[in-house]
Amino acid sequence: MPSPGKSKWAGVLRTPVGVSAATLLAAVLLLAVVAPLLWSDEAAAVDTGQILRGPSAEHWMGTDGLGRDVFHRVLVATGLSVGLALLATAIGVLTGLLLGAAPILLGARAGRVVSAMVNIAVAFPGLLLALFFAVVFGVGASGAVLAIGFALAPAFARLTQTLVAKVSGLDYVAAARIAGLGRVRLLARHVLPNVAEPLVVNATVAAGSALLAFAGLSFLGLGVQAPAYDWGRLLADGLAGLYIHPAAALAPGTAVVVAGLAFNLFGEAIAKGVGLRSAPVVFRRRDRDEPVAPAPAGEDRRSVLAVENLRVTFPGGTAPVRGVSFALRRGESVGIVGESGSGKTLTALAVAQLIEEPGEVTADRLEFRGQPLHELPDRTRQQLLGTSFAMVFQDPMTSFNPTQRIGRQLAEVSEQHHGLGRRQALDRAIDRLQAVRVPAAARRAKQFPHEFSGGMRQRAMIGMGMMGSPALIVADEPTTALDVTVQRQVLRLLQSVRAADDVAILLISHDITVVRRFCERVLVMYAGRIVEDLPAADLPARARHPYTRALLAAVPDMSTELERPLAVIPGRPVDPARVPVGCAFAARCPFADEQCRGADPPLVADREGRRVACWHADVTGGRPMMAEEVRVGE
Amino acid sequence: MTALLSGARTLRGLAGNTWLHFAARRLVRLLISVWVLVTAAFLMIHLIPGDPVRAALGLTASPELVAERRAALGHDEPLWLQYVHYLGGLFSGDAGTSVTSGLPVSRVIGDRLPATVELAGFAFVVAVVAVVVAVPLGVAMAVLTRGGRRRRTELSFTSTSVVLGAVPEFLLAVGLVYVFGVRLGWVPVAGRSGLVSYALPVLALAAGPAAVLARLLRVETLAVLHADYIRTARAKRLPGRIVYLRHALPNAVTATITVGGLLLGAMVAGTVLVENVFAWPGLGTTIVESILAKDYPLVQGIVLVYGTGVLLVNLAVDIALALLDPRSTIKES
Amino acid sequence: MSELRFEGVSVRYGGHRHGLTAVDTVDLTVPEGRVVGLVGESGSGKSTLARAAVGLIPLTGGRILLGGQSVRRRRSRPPLQMVFQDPSSSLDPRMTIGDSIAEAVPRGRPGRRAEVIRLLELVGLSGDRARLYPAQLSGGQCQRVALARALAGDPRVIIADEITSALDVSIQGAVLNLVRDVQRELGLSVLFISHDLAVVRYVSDFIAVMYLGRIVEYGPADQVLARPRHPYTRELLAAVSEPVDPGDLDPALRAVADTEPADPHHPPPGCRYHPRCPMGPAVLDDRDICREHEPVPQGHPHLAACHFAAER
Repeated sequence: MPSPGKSKWAGVLRTPVGVSAATLLAAVLLLAVVAPLLWSDEAAAVDTGQILRGPSAEHWMGTDGLGRDVFHRVLVATGLSVGLALLATAIGVLTGLLLGAAPILLGARAGRVVSAMVNIAVAFPGLLLALFFAVVFGVGASGAVLAIGFALAPAFARLTQTLVAKVSGLDYVAAARIAGLGRVRLLARHVLPNVAEPLVVNATVAAGSALLAFAGLSFLGLGVQAPAYDWGRLLADGLAGLYIHPAAALAPGTAVVVAGLAFNLFGEAIAKGVGLRSAPVVFRRRDRDEPVAPAPAGEDRRSVLAVENLRVTFPGGTAPVRGVSFALRRGESVGIVGESGSGKTLTALAVAQLIEEPGEVTADRLEFRGQPLHELPDRTRQQLLGTSFAMVFQDPMTSFNPTQRIGRQLAEVSEQHHGLGRRQALDRAIDRLQAVRVPAAARRAKQFPHEFSGGMRQRAMIGMGMMGSPALIVADEPTTALDVTVQRQVLRLLQSVRAADDVAILLISHDITVVRRFCERVLVMYAGRIVEDLPAADLPARARHPYTRALLAAVPDMSTELERPLAVIPGRPVDPARVPVGCAFAARCPFADEQCRGADPPLVADREGRRVACWHADVTGGRPMMAEEVRVGE
Repeated sequence: MTALLSGARTLRGLAGNTWLHFAARRLVRLLISVWVLVTAAFLMIHLIPGDPVRAALGLTASPELVAERRAALGHDEPLWLQYVHYLGGLFSGDAGTSVTSGLPVSRVIGDRLPATVELAGFAFVVAVVAVVVAVPLGVAMAVLTRGGRRRRTELSFTSTSVVLGAVPEFLLAVGLVYVFGVRLGWVPVAGRSGLVSYALPVLALAAGPAAVLARLLRVETLAVLHADYIRTARAKRLPGRIVYLRHALPNAVTATITVGGLLLGAMVAGTVLVENVFAWPGLGTTIVESILAKDYPLVQGIVLVYGTGVLLVNLAVDIALALLDPRSTIKES
Repeated sequence: MSELRFEGVSVRYGGHRHGLTAVDTVDLTVPEGRVVGLVGESGSGKSTLARAAVGLIPLTGGRILLGGQSVRRRRSRPPLQMVFQDPSSSLDPRMTIGDSIAEAVPRGRPGRRAEVIRLLELVGLSGDRARLYPAQLSGGQCQRVALARALAGDPRVIIADEITSALDVSIQGAVLNLVRDVQRELGLSVLFISHDLAVVRYVSDFIAVMYLGRIVEYGPADQVLARPRHPYTRELLAAVSEPVDPGDLDPALRAVADTEPADPHHPPPGCRYHPRCPMGPAVLDDRDICREHEPVPQGHPHLAACHFAAER
């Protein structure tokens, strides 16, 4: 098994840009080695009879002031141009690495001094630094190599610093430090290998910059000195005769651009290839249309949401949501529980009409307050959802626009959907912030999101949903990012909003204990389907699906028996790209048999309206799952 | 240095709000940077191996002349005293005397500076105009090509901007001279005479940064479109136009400005090369002449001017960022 | 002798003016062969305490003793190991899991390979997995490997920092079972840190509750859970066991219940919990003492830092 990095590098060569960049770069490097060996004599041959001639069959790019062949001179100059640029890059990269790794090598205090100096140096453009060092090291090729090398160093040091700091903060470095590894070994073993990829990419791009910078210095007369010549030198010589003989300037100029591009493009291609990790797309059989139990809620005016056979598909045949049906009535609180990849969040987004292309949502029925969402004209639908459908997202930190004041972000809802003016909309926003018990609402409305605590932000998010008069609040893991005491405050707030305004709430969570404590009804999702739908009060004793029961037994709560080991669900959650045939839970289920592996059980309702999708729901009865029934290991 | 820090502490003590904090912190950083710059410029000629005076006068100069010049330049004094004199001179506007012309450095710079400032100023304006044009272009590109749509549009946009961004300004300048000066004969190829002579140097300076910024803006906008707060904005059922202009754009621009600042700094330095292509009578041609002539006091002075210019650009960028993104006033300390 | 003792431990971050005392003169004992669960909200300083114990963060004050000896004194490999929260970052992605474990095996010990296999089997993975990379394992398996690596140093104390909170719920149980089994089998002392009271309850013999850098309650697990003496502990218990009910709260109690958590940069004077306390000065008029004097932890073996710990 090769290290996981290698296949990525090979992948770079499979993209068209990658191939052409690599070919171009290989050609430039080859030329740099070969040209000085093959054509040095031709390039140096003086022909006084042919001074400053234009392109001809004999001299493709004409001749220079001494009658030397420009084409050959450009070819031969590749060696010096590329070689010196690489040398300068090597100096820059090494110096940069040393400076950037200083915090690890020298310890925190000395490291801070070094990084402060680097931060100041990095503010100055490379060319200016190069000029500065050119003065110190003197005019000439070796001076220019040192100058450009040192000019590249600060930027590289800064990059190394950032990358090293990021990796040093990771737990495996901490673990290695605890294990007693020394600084140098820590750097060599754990840090450098894990920052190598971006460093290589940037070194490649830096080589391109060094090449251009070198051409610049030589052009100014500060780099390579006659009789030696590189592209910059040839360009400077050719520029004087631009009117009579443009090819002498244009040829070296073009060479610089092409070589510079080769390095840059190759760097970018690697960056793209290394960063790009496309998920494997596996073709999956199309689902047969299975009998779907109609949602138990009847037609009535209290219906808020009715969903039948909701599916979310992505190109390539993945279907993370596969035929979900449920209904919500006014004032009802329903929870959806499931592990990561169960499709619970996508179900919420699909209901909210927030699935982005290329995802596709289909449903036999998707009605909000009795209106079919798919058939409404855009404007009407946006108006309907904008005023009576509210969303609360998981991470209150990232769900507000960081550059706008909280009050504005609430107010724009009413400006858009209620036709309020700026002033009135802001007043309403303050009123709503008060309603969700944000203290000093008028003052806080003027603040930015980063000035709010997590719990307050989540309140403001709920307040945003209440700018209209919501009939439904969809809350996607609203408390996962919060501490338990704050979590309770936010859930309480949602509960009081529900009680006060008869709002239905759909709460999505991975935490079955939260859902159980908050909701009246619980939908359990597994691999894109609802596998069980039951009143929260029936948990844990009357749960019928083995997955629900396993989930309850695997997660400790405040009444878990202490002497017994926790139940273990073997295997891992299903990858939405590889949903197996038959019941998706069969591979992890202690009751699975041939029937389970052959056919997906339909979601069937009993007399009380509880639904379950399991061939053995009745056989296994309401007996809680015992740990002994469960295989050990994963 | 200590005085600076304690001054900063007083400022911090006075400052009640984040803006004052930010201003105080930024001022301290500027002062430290200027100090580092001045010190580096001073040390520059002392870092040169051998005797800079001997190097400047050449091997043929008599020892008496070298000694005399050394004394005149104060090179006989101990290093720290020279440093004190140098700082004192700078405070009173005296940056030394040019070795080649015998004129005060400040006067030479005063003569040449306006041409460079004009050039950089025009280029800056053009780049800003170009970016103002490029912003909608970049955002439109991001919106049109998100999720891998319109591959061909994306490819041509990306490749154009990559190539334009990768061609250094002096080569672009040569190309422009060839096309517009030599082939078409529309504009003069060198010198500073009349408005039309500005066209090529300004274009050569501004084109690269504008292209890079447009591309960067596209990448940033694409990243921002995936942010949670964009999903929130869509959940509020705001029209697409408001989602993009009010919620996506300001956040994409803040990231772009940071890089834009670096590019502007590079543009200040880029004038050196472009001036030399166009024989522009500014600081850029002067610094190269003085380096070749080993006229170190003059080099020192010009390095200071360029460095200060870059620091001012950085300051302007930080202020712009602070105005656009309230978080940046409290970030990093 | 593997009792872990924190004596007056303080950790301060940052400078004079903008600093933050994440851990403030904490006394805590993890008795030999026992599990102490440490709960508290984010920013309470529990992870800082853990990292300070293994030497990742320098102490500002106090000392940490292992079997009566200062941890600082021991030059190499303290018999104190740590397991981290995030399975995806706790193993070097470029090393096989076998190499990761081997690195932690004390050097110069013969039979490293056999040792790695023994450790893998100890945590319920087969020995032939040693050649796999972390990316080829599930989150739960990575946590098992991280535990194996911690055990490789022959530790007497393990510090487990939120080791299950990044795992899918169906996998948490397996990791908790494993921690319990290994602890009992090897007689390890464990400091088990979690924000989840139910998880802590399941594994711990003792429970310590941390609030804004201080230990506010400590005692045998059953006593702390059945008869909590600090109002913050009661609040934590209520948050995980009572149904969520808007209820009809007294306005003063409601205001307290909705109070924002205090900013760790500016801890309140007196008792740090007083602005949020349902039996403190924000609700009852005669409790100025809470604003003015910081309570001292009292009681044995079940101690609480509250002026009114005796009341409910």
